[in-house]
Amino acid sequence: MKTRRLDNYGKINRDKILSFSWDKKNYKGFEGDTLASALLANNIGIVGRSFKYHRPRGIFSSGVEESGALVTIGSKDRRDPNVRATTQELYNGLEASGQNAFPNVNFDLAGINNYLGRFFAAGFYYKTFMGIPPLEWGKGTAIWMFFEKFIRKAAGMGSASGLPDPDTYEHAHDFCDLIVVGSGPAGVAAALEAAEKKLDVILVEQDSLIGGNQLAENDFDNSQIKNQLENLGIKIMTRTTAFGLYDNCVVGLLERVTDHISAPNVNIPRQRFWTIRAKHIIVGAGAIERHIAFNNNDIPGVMTVNASKHYLNRYGVLTGKRIVIATNNDSVYETAHQLSEAGANVTVLDSRTNFEIETNKSFEIRKGYVPYNINGSKKIDSLDISKNETINKSETINCDQVLLSGGWSPAVHLLSHRGVKPKWDYNNACFLPSDTKENITMVGSSRGLWNKNDCIASGIAGTTDALNRLGISKTNYFFPKPGGWKNPIQPLYEVKYKKSRSKSFVDYQHDVTTDDVRLAHREGFISVEHLKRYTTLGMANDQGKMGNIIGLSLMAELLNKEIPEVGTTVFRPPYTPVSIGALSGRNVGKHFRPLRVTPMHQWNIDHGAKMIEVGLYQRPWYYPKENETLSDSYIREASTVRKTVGICDVTSLGKIAIQGPDSTEFLNRIYSNGFSKLEVGKARYGIMLRDDGIVMDDGTSWRLAENEYFMTTSTGEAAKVMSWLEELLQTRWTDLNVNVTSVSEQWAGVSVAGPKSREVLNNCVDDSLVVTNNNLPFMGVTSTFLKGNIPCRIARISFSGELAFEVYVKSDFANTMMDLLWANAKKYDGCLYGLEALGALRVEKGHVTAAELDGRVTIDDVGLSKMASTKKSYIGSAMRKRGVLKNNDREILVGFFPTNLKETFNAGTIVCEKNNIKGQGIGRITSVTYSPELGHWIGLGFVKGGLDKWKDTNLVGADPVRNKQMNLKVVSPHMIDPKGERMYA
Amino acid sequence: MIRINCPYCGERDHSEFSYGGDATINYPSLDASEKEWTEAIFFRKNIKGFQFETWHHSNGCRMWLVVERSTVTHEIKSVKPCHPNLQKVAENNK
Repeated sequence: MKTRRLDNYGKINRDKILSFSWDKKNYKGFEGDTLASALLANNIGIVGRSFKYHRPRGIFSSGVEESGALVTIGSKDRRDPNVRATTQELYNGLEASGQNAFPNVNFDLAGINNYLGRFFAAGFYYKTFMGIPPLEWGKGTAIWMFFEKFIRKAAGMGSASGLPDPDTYEHAHDFCDLIVVGSGPAGVAAALEAAEKKLDVILVEQDSLIGGNQLAENDFDNSQIKNQLENLGIKIMTRTTAFGLYDNCVVGLLERVTDHISAPNVNIPRQRFWTIRAKHIIVGAGAIERHIAFNNNDIPGVMTVNASKHYLNRYGVLTGKRIVIATNNDSVYETAHQLSEAGANVTVLDSRTNFEIETNKSFEIRKGYVPYNINGSKKIDSLDISKNETINKSETINCDQVLLSGGWSPAVHLLSHRGVKPKWDYNNACFLPSDTKENITMVGSSRGLWNKNDCIASGIAGTTDALNRLGISKTNYFFPKPGGWKNPIQPLYEVKYKKSRSKSFVDYQHDVTTDDVRLAHREGFISVEHLKRYTTLGMANDQGKMGNIIGLSLMAELLNKEIPEVGTTVFRPPYTPVSIGALSGRNVGKHFRPLRVTPMHQWNIDHGAKMIEVGLYQRPWYYPKENETLSDSYIREASTVRKTVGICDVTSLGKIAIQGPDSTEFLNRIYSNGFSKLEVGKARYGIMLRDDGIVMDDGTSWRLAENEYFMTTSTGEAAKVMSWLEELLQTRWTDLNVNVTSVSEQWAGVSVAGPKSREVLNNCVDDSLVVTNNNLPFMGVTSTFLKGNIPCRIARISFSGELAFEVYVKSDFANTMMDLLWANAKKYDGCLYGLEALGALRVEKGHVTAAELDGRVTIDDVGLSKMASTKKSYIGSAMRKRGVLKNNDREILVGFFPTNLKETFNAGTIVCEKNNIKGQGIGRITSVTYSPELGHWIGLGFVKGGLDKWKDTNLVGADPVRNKQMNLKVVSPHMIDPKGERMYA
Repeated sequence: MIRINCPYCGERDHSEFSYGGDATINYPSLDASEKEWTEAIFFRKNIKGFQFETWHHSNGCRMWLVVERSTVTHEIKSVKPCHPNLQKVAENNK
């Protein structure tokens, strides 16, 4: 096959030949090529199949607006679908393949869809498969759900690998005075001006080279510009897309670090996601050339005029031999001239009749002519043209390429991200950026300037604007007026040609035709936002960069309105697709969220602990002996605690130091129960309510000294309680002299529980008298020393219902404490116990945790009314008495036994009355465990009306998710030792 | 991204802060009636424009701040400590 490469054209490096594969065949290209330019050079015309009709598609553009050449790069776990061939740089060994086609894009069996096209208009699938009458009247969408997977498969794009991504991604941050987006003449002028005025400047360019659209000029060389920028200390970021603008001049960038390298260093991330915090943003993002809608305007060989210029002058590829250019504006003539000079036979169809243009007459200009139909299917055979838009007298031109230019759309996307609506400019037939109060300035062709000198002037004006707004200077400036062509543009969006089965594409990406827009109008989807969602106009990869305005103009015509009255949809980030990998950065796998471990984490593991996540914490779950399962292990551990003694790491509890003369008053206000009479050397269990009277958290507070308390909170609510205390002290009770400090990390804690716990502790403390029943009664607190002169705090607190102590030492002493306690516990046949046994022990006792205190229950619901003081006011005391919280049918905490004690149940089971098993029932089971003490399964939960109402009634536990059902008995939540004799022992 | 100029730490991303709520509420005394508390807790104005709101510099200095922010544009006019004594100190240091 003959190459289309021209010897004397292009800026590619011909000394460096790269080999690549397309659909498993090998080809050659050069360093500096994109995949698209290499495919064109190798005469590959069909590179994709369209979304819905599976029509063959070629390369439409040379940049980010591409919607035809979407290909899959790489294979296996590095397969990357929907990559624009026009922006993918070529590297040695690049593997590319076509997508959405079987067996391949050249011969695709689903191409039959093209001939069934009349059935596939907008909304076809939903209309056909959703709620098919009479089968589905009133029955929802079962048939749709059945067909959907086949439909999704037929209509689509590339598919993801489905494998874990082997590449790494990185998040990075930077600051600057000014960020300039785009390195065209305007952007570069702005950056240079700013750097000369001593601003710290970052210049961002999505291409691999700086220069912007100048890269399409045959005599352009960017090396001098690059030197100038670098000499002034400007940070240049190429292969980097500014994909979004955010509040306070924050810019999101995606840097493609290794996507152009054949064997990248594995220690370098594939892409980098930058958050740039600037003081001012200048956007010189350029403009995008539009196509024109007419029949078969998507046949491979159709391209924008500017793209063809890029391929010629940058890549040395002549995209056609007999070229027809169809236009409505002046921008095409330089290209026409250069293409004909390069050896192509060029004809320009200009829809305008009355205009003057200087040419060397190397090509024919046909004034007043428009294209209306392309003949051909996989390639262009000829083009039907007609004088004016009324097609009566027509003729046909033989050609192999049709280049289109329906005008230019400034890239106002980034400004749109900030909610700034663009305004329609009739003279230039395009949307122009509006002014904004934010520190953002648009320059160059993205503000509708079509010639280079105007662009440069706008860049300098842009920086002056920035300097003024930043208060650095006060200089007058003005921007050149939009436009710059000698002859005005004549709006031309569609050439109508009434013929059955004609397809005139508005938006190539999703196969949206002019007929689809008309259908949307007929069916009432006339708002631009509805039009977009009904037809999918402007969706997917290219987000309507080429076709949007054509769709809007058609709708405007149908409504007899002007384009600005119809409006435009809002562009949202990202400007071009951003990979999920880049968004997640290093926050993947075990780094997805931070990991918290207790100071005795390794000790626990060394002693056989299996760990479980609780919030961010790793906590011991159970300590299996040989061959023990989880349930074997926790049942043994829980029984050991009840029989002798067990040791459990409770470090993850929140710990807060409360100090200052008003500490007691403070605690008295935040806890529902009284704290004013708590003696020094005593601890108290307390419940905190929220302002609205619902339980927030529970925990203990230990009075260490007159003005000093040590508060513990639940593991899950620790951070919230800390913030809450700070809020109260800093915003509401600013007269209280109290200081709160989180000391969660500073103290390591264990629970020593069981009838032998005092004896164990006796052996571990320096002075054995401190833990006697007299010196350390129930809820007593002492600051003393463990053997080895280790300072510690001990409180006689029980969660398990047994005689128990909580012992805290400074975190550095955690392992020493564990060694000491464990050595002594072993003497009494004690055990280490984990969260599962802890849970079993507390469920037996009816103690509540986060499973019960879920932010919906009141203090009365959980049977702790006694904890609500009647002698004082506290946070939530007024609101806990409001009507709805006092209803008789509130769900009250109870215990549950299976009626048949051999049966089991699960947390989440819905409690129902016997003959009324439906909906949310009358209650729910929140925690379950096997009770070693009772010898069967037990549960905690809630039921409307509580124990009094249901104690002699058989209820049903419904567990539809697990397809289970059992009979239940309601019992007191205090399932063992209800009087607490063991704790007081 | 909203950037908040913490009087103690300087300008930081909003991700360092946690949103509190309406900073203009005068919470009633603890022994006030259910009605007064209901007003204070549940009834909020839905302001279009600048409002005073509390933010907690939870991943920074842990101070509660009053931020005057536009609900339309996110523009921030002022940032002060919540605690009135600290506000005075901040004023005097200006």
